Amino acid sequence: MSAVLLIFFVLAGLAIIGAVNLVWQKHPIHSALSLIVVMVCLAGLYLLMGAEFVAAVQIIVYGGAIMVLFIFVIMLLNAGEEERTDFSKIAKFVGLPLALALTASIAAAVVKPAAGLANATQVAIPKATEQISTMLFKEFVYPFELTSFLILVAIMGALVLAQREKK
Amino acid sequence: MVPTQYYLILSAILFGLGAVAFVFKRNIITIFMSIELMLNAVNLAFVAFSQSFGKVHGQVFVLFVIVVAAAEAAVGLGIIILIQRNRQSLNVEKVNLLKL
Repeated sequence: MSAVLLIFFVLAGLAIIGAVNLVWQKHPIHSALSLIVVMVCLAGLYLLMGAEFVAAVQIIVYGGAIMVLFIFVIMLLNAGEEERTDFSKIAKFVGLPLALALTASIAAAVVKPAAGLANATQVAIPKATEQISTMLFKEFVYPFELTSFLILVAIMGALVLAQREKK
Repeated sequence: MVPTQYYLILSAILFGLGAVAFVFKRNIITIFMSIELMLNAVNLAFVAFSQSFGKVHGQVFVLFVIVVAAAEAAVGLGIIILIQRNRQSLNVEKVNLLKL
C-alpha cells in the first residue's frame, strides 16, 4: 500500500467517524465539533488530490467562518441536549436499511458514469489556482457578480431577521 | 495515487450520513449542520471529478457552492434565533403551526 493510499484511508476514516459522531451525539456543541473534524479531513483530502486553493477556502470559509457562526449561535441560545421524542418502532427498523439503500444507490449512480475512468487517478493540473481565477473572472464573471449580490441580500436578510421588533 | 472511485464512494457515504442526520435529529441547529455535511459531500465529488478530468471547472463550481452555503448559514441562523425567541425551544416538533 502506497503512502498516498494510506493517508487517504486515514483521512476518509476520520471523516466517516466524525460524520457518525455528528449523528450520535445529543448535544449540538459536540455535533458541531465533530463536523469541524469532517471539514478538516476533507480539506486534507483536497490537498491530497492537488486542489490547494479549494483546500485553503475550505479551511478558511467552512472551518473558520461558518462553523464559528454555528458555535456562536449554539452558545448564544444556550442550546441544551436535544429532547428525544418517542420514535416509532418502524422508524428504527426501516430507517437504517433505507439510509443504507440511499447511500448505495447514490454510490452506484456516481460510480457508474465514472466507469470510463475505472482506473483513473487524479492528474496534476498545472497552475490550477491561476486557471481558477482566470475562469472566475472571464467565463463565470456574471455568476460571480451575482454571488456578491446574493451575499448582500443574505446580510440584509440576517439583519432584518435578528433585529428586535420596535414597540 | 488514489482511484477516483474511492473519493466518490466516500462522498456518497458522507451524503447518506448527512441525510440520516437530517431526518433523525430533532434539534434545528443539528439539522442545519447536517445540510452543511451534505453540501461538503457534494463538494468532494466535484473536486474528485475535476481532478480526474484534469479541468478546473469543478473547482470553480465548488467555490460557488461554498458561497451559497455561507449565505444560507447566515440567513438560516437568523431564522433559528427567531424560532428560539418565539417558541423558547429549538425542537423542530414545537414548530407545528402548519400541522394538522
